[in-house]
Amino acid sequence: MPDKLFKVNREEYMLPGNRSCQGCGLSLAYRYLLKALRENTILTIPASCLTVLHGLYPTTSVAIPCLNCTFPSTAASASGIVAGLNALNRTDITVVAVAGDGGTYDIGIQALSGAAERGTDFIFVCYDNEAYMNTGTQRSSATPMGALTTTTPILTKQQNKKDMLKIMEAHDLPYLASTSAAFPLDLYDKFVRAKRIKGTRYIEISAPCPPGWIYPPKDTVKIGRLAVETGIFVLFEIEDGKFRFTGRSKTLVEKGSRLPVINYLERQGRFRKMSIEQLTQLQKWVDTKWNEYVRRAE
Amino acid sequence: MSNVQIMTGNQAAAMGVKLSHVQVISAYPITPQTPLTETISQLVEGGELKAEYIRVESEHSVLAVCISASAVGARVFTSTSSHGLLYMHEQLHWAAGSRLPIVMCCVNRGVGAPWSIFNDQQDAVAQRDTGWIQIYCRNNQEIIDTVIQAYRIAEAVYVPIMVCYDGFVLSHTMTPVEVPDADLVRDFLPPYKPHMILSPEDPRNINPVIFPWRRQDPEGVLRDGYMELRYKLQKAIEGAREAIVTTNRAYAEVFGRDHGGMLWTYRADDAEVILTAMGSLASEATVAVDILREQGIKAGVVGIRVFRPFPKEEVREVFVNTGAILVFEKDISYGYEGALCSDLKAAFYGTGNRAPIHNYIVGLGGRDVKARELAEATLSSLEAIASGNTEPKTQWLNCDTYLPETG
Ligand SMILES: Cc1ncc(C[n+]2csc(CCOP(=O)(O)OP(=O)(O)O)c2C)c(N)n1
Ligand code: SF4
Repeated sequence: MPDKLFKVNREEYMLPGNRSCQGCGLSLAYRYLLKALRENTILTIPASCLTVLHGLYPTTSVAIPCLNCTFPSTAASASGIVAGLNALNRTDITVVAVAGDGGTYDIGIQALSGAAERGTDFIFVCYDNEAYMNTGTQRSSATPMGALTTTTPILTKQQNKKDMLKIMEAHDLPYLASTSAAFPLDLYDKFVRAKRIKGTRYIEISAPCPPGWIYPPKDTVKIGRLAVETGIFVLFEIEDGKFRFTGRSKTLVEKGSRLPVINYLERQGRFRKMSIEQLTQLQKWVDTKWNEYVRRAE
Repeated sequence: MSNVQIMTGNQAAAMGVKLSHVQVISAYPITPQTPLTETISQLVEGGELKAEYIRVESEHSVLAVCISASAVGARVFTSTSSHGLLYMHEQLHWAAGSRLPIVMCCVNRGVGAPWSIFNDQQDAVAQRDTGWIQIYCRNNQEIIDTVIQAYRIAEAVYVPIMVCYDGFVLSHTMTPVEVPDADLVRDFLPPYKPHMILSPEDPRNINPVIFPWRRQDPEGVLRDGYMELRYKLQKAIEGAREAIVTTNRAYAEVFGRDHGGMLWTYRADDAEVILTAMGSLASEATVAVDILREQGIKAGVVGIRVFRPFPKEEVREVFVNTGAILVFEKDISYGYEGALCSDLKAAFYGTGNRAPIHNYIVGLGGRDVKARELAEATLSSLEAIASGNTEPKTQWLNCDTYLPETG
C-alpha cells in the first residue's frame, strides 16, 4: 500500500449504499473528492447520474449540504450560493458545482463560461462519462469518435470530442486540472490543492461507466487506467498558466511507454462498430493532443 | 413628512428594492426593464445599497442565482420582461417548487415573433401556471409600495412574487411618487428570516429526486410525495390571499396608502356595467368610466390587482349586482379568449351571476388604448346586450380583423 494513502481523510461523506450502478466510476471519484473537500463545503448539482446517486427524498447518501438545480444552471447556481454567502459574511465555505459532461460541455457551458469570466470563487467539477448516462446513454459533445450511443446507434459518433479543457483554459483560470476515477490519489491531491486556491477552479474527471461504455462492472479501474495509459485521457494540471503532467501521465512521458488506443477501445462494447478509418483518425487525434501537451510541458 | 419625487416606474421599483434592504441582486438587461437594472447598478456601485450584484450572462442564470442565494438565506431581487421572462420559464417553476420568497419585477412587454419592444401583458399572463404570485400595479406609486409589500407577503407564505407593471406606460413615464420613510419600512419589513438554510451546520439535500408517493425517512416518519408538495404549493398560494390583504391593510395604516389588496374598485358600487382589467389599463378604464358617467351611464371599474391567487371570492362579491361585464385585456390565450376573461367566468360558475360578459383584446404589442375607445366599446356592448345579444364574445379592439382571401 503506498504511503500516500495514509494522508487521505478517513472521514466518509458518502454513506454506505447509494443508487449508482455497480462499478460506477463517478461513485468512486465522488467518494475521494468529498474526502478532499471535507465538511465546510456546499454542493450544487444539476440533473444527472449524480442526482440519482444522492438518493431519493427523504433520504440521501451524501452527508454534505447540496442544492439541486436545473440542468443548464449549475455554475449560475453556484454563483448564487457564493453571492448569498458573501452577503451574509460567510466566506469560509467552499462552493462546489458538480455536473456531468452533458451538463458541462453542452447545456451548462453558457453559465459555466459566465461564472468563470466573472471569476466566481468556486470549484466546477465535470465528471466525464462521455455521454448522457442518466437518460440512457445518448451522445454528448464529450463522446469520442466511433462510440455507439442510443442517438448514434448505427453509424457511431462521427466527430471528435470537444476540447473542453482548452475552452476552460481560455478563461485564464487560476487552477485547472484533469484527473481520473482510476487514480484516486491523483484526484485527491488535486482537490486538496484546488480547495486552497481562490477564484474559478475547473477539474475534469474521467469517469468510466460500465453500462454506458459496455464492459463488466469489475473492470472500471482497469478501463480508467487504460484511458490514461493510451493517452486518450491525460492527467495534468495548469496552475497560473503553468502546465504540468501528473501521476501516470507523467511517467508515460518520461518512459515513452504510451500504449496504442486500440488497447483501450477493444475492451468496450461501445466501440464495436468503429471503422478502421475512424480508428486511424482517433489515434491521430490522440497523438496530436499528446504531442501538444508534451511540447507545453517542456 | 412627505417626500415626493418625480420618477419613472423603473426608478420607483429600484427605490422599493433599496428600501427593502435586498442583499443579492441578479439581473440581465431587456427593454423596457433595462433602466431598472441600471438604476440598481448605480445604487449598489454608489454605495447606497449594500448588496451583492451578480451580473450574469442570461435570464436563466439570473433566476438560478436568486434561487441559490435565497436558499442560503439572503433576500434577493431580480427583474425582467418578455423574452427574458420566457427564457426563465424552467427556473420559474424551480423557484416556486423550492418555496423561496424571491421578488421579481416583470416589466410587461409583448412577445415575439415578430419582435416588439412595446407593452402588453402576454409575457406574464403566459407564466400564470408556474406557481408564482402575480400582482399587477396600476401606477408608479403602487410599484414602489408593492415591491416592499411583496417581500413581506413572500416571506410569510414562502412563494415567489412577480410584481408586474406595464412597459413604457409606467416603466418610462415620470410621475410624482411619495417615497416611504426608510425607518418605517425597516419596521414594516424586518430582515429576512429563512425557513430553510443550505449550510454545512445542518447538511441537507434540497430538491432531490422525489417519488409520486409518500415515503418514510430513516426515523420512520412518513414524508411527502411529489403530489403532497404540489398540493402544499397550491394551498400556500391560495392562502396568500390572507397575507396579501393584511399586508395591504398594515401598509395603509403605516404609510397611508391602500392599493386594494386583491382588487380595487372605482365608482363600482351602483354600477350597471363594470369594466375590468389589470395594470395601467384598469387606470385608463377609470377615465372611460368618467366619460360614460357624464353620458348618464352607470359604469364602474374593477381593477384586478392580484391575478394569482385569483380573487375568486372578491370578484363574486364585487360583480354581484352588475348588469354587464366587460373584460379588457392585453393578452390572448390562443384558440380561446383572453385569459382573464376565462378566469373571471370560471369564478361565477355556480353563482347566481348571469351578467353577460364581453371580452375585448386590446393594446397588443403596444397598440395605443384610449379611454375614449374603451368607452365606445362599452357603449356598443351595451347596445348589443340591449338588443338581446347576450352571447359572450371576444372582440379585438382597434384591430383590422378583415382576413383577405388567400390563394
Ligand atoms: C433542460 C433539460 N433538458 C433535458 C433534461 C433531461 N436530462 C436529465 S439528465 C440528462 C443527461 C445528463 O447527462 P450528463 O450531464 O452527461 O450527466 P450523466 O447523466 O452522464 O451523469 C438529460 C438530458 C433536463 N433535465 N433538462
Ligand atoms: S450510468 Fe454510468 S455514470 Fe450513471 S450511475 Fe451508472 S455507472 Fe454511474
